[in-house]
Amino acid sequence: MDAFFAQLQRDFYQSFLEGDRWVQYLKGLLTSIEVTIGALLLGIVLGLLVAIVRTLHDQQRNERVSGLLKFFNVLCKIYTTVIRGTPMMVQLLIMGFVFFASSRNLVAVAILSLGINSGAYVSEIIRGGIMSIDPGQMEAGRSLGLGYVPVMYHVVIPQAVKNILPALGNEFITLFKDTSLVTVIGLRDLTKVAIQIQAKTYQAFMPFVGIAVMYLIVVMILTWMLGILERRLRSSDCR
Amino acid sequence: MIAVEHLYKSFGAHEVLHDVNERIRPGEKVVIIGPSGSGKSTFLRCMNLLEKPTGGKIFFDGQEITDKKVDINSIRRQMGMVFQHFNLFPNMTVLRNLTLAPIQLGLMSKEEAGEQALALLRRVNLEEKADAYPQQLSGGQKQRIAIVRSLAMKPKVMLFDEPTSALDPEMVGEVLEVMKELAAEGMTMAVVTHEMGFAREVATRVMFMDGGGIMEQGTPQDIFSNPQNPRTQEFLSKVL
Repeated sequence: MDAFFAQLQRDFYQSFLEGDRWVQYLKGLLTSIEVTIGALLLGIVLGLLVAIVRTLHDQQRNERVSGLLKFFNVLCKIYTTVIRGTPMMVQLLIMGFVFFASSRNLVAVAILSLGINSGAYVSEIIRGGIMSIDPGQMEAGRSLGLGYVPVMYHVVIPQAVKNILPALGNEFITLFKDTSLVTVIGLRDLTKVAIQIQAKTYQAFMPFVGIAVMYLIVVMILTWMLGILERRLRSSDCR
Repeated sequence: MIAVEHLYKSFGAHEVLHDVNERIRPGEKVVIIGPSGSGKSTFLRCMNLLEKPTGGKIFFDGQEITDKKVDINSIRRQMGMVFQHFNLFPNMTVLRNLTLAPIQLGLMSKEEAGEQALALLRRVNLEEKADAYPQQLSGGQKQRIAIVRSLAMKPKVMLFDEPTSALDPEMVGEVLEVMKELAAEGMTMAVVTHEMGFAREVATRVMFMDGGGIMEQGTPQDIFSNPQNPRTQEFLSKVL
């Protein structure tokens, strides 16, 4: 038994402390978070654009739809279909080794890939949120003489945000976990650090279980923060 | 003020309005009655293009608003609309509901819009609700606020789409009272309603719609006491 613990202790020392390896984990973790935040921001911007084009198109009902809008709508549909229909890792490989094969800025490539991927999912989340708002809200705004965009901005989106926040939070968490895939393009994220250390020390247990715990802790913190945000939004509602 | 020529409206294969020709003159209070599905709400909603007509022309103050080049927002500013389900903005206080459009459209400064909003709220005795959210109000209060929200744009005509149909019976009176005052002040109004008492008292003209067209119209006395069309007779015998 003592021998077992001694072994464990040695493994731990080798995997985390020897040569200040914990600094590498920390750097990897920061890279993962950096990619997550960048991709999330890109995803929300892309998602919002796509969602607005799609709802604008769908809400025209039986009216004549302008050619430009039709074109963008088809473009958005292709985007969501392709992105949601292919594996994230394959998208990363294509971005990393086909489109940006010569790029040295791997963080940017990772943010771009994950952001484009996330945008497709976020757009559906936002679209669902916008569609969940009573069309009467848009009609009331328009009947006052306000344009489509001001009504969206002041009336519809603020109400939609409350509905989509839980789903958006889940997307954020999924995105954070998906950053482990950027390992395949060679970016030194948290997972890559663990793989490299495992290759050096021949210890698999400590690095891999260790990063699992790290991912878990970050996810738990994110969940907790989202809960606070949701509660605050609800209390400002006076419902 | 509003002229409708050969108005057609279909939802897919279902024709809701069939060749409607009508004119609303300044100062008129037109009350539109008819069975559900007769196209009366659609007709009203076509007037400010919340529904786009499938065919025909609509003129407002001599300007063709069905023309594609017309800036519909500037036309809608001059037409107030009150909905069955109030459609107040739940994410804003009552005051902001009233000031949003005037401020956003650059018609008034924040202070002016706020003063106007308070004056309007005073008029419907809801001044103390300025900082409340719509969820905290009763249906009757919401609808009165929805009416003054439209008035904040100083419209030339007010369209009412079944304004009391979603209200509890004891709240209908307070909303009709506001509408009567508005009528007495000379506002041009088009009202779709099932309140026959209101039609009798306020309307300068009553229009009976059925099957996507105007079957009969006339003064309230003519329509209620001496309807000519058998469909009108049948409808009135059921509701009166």
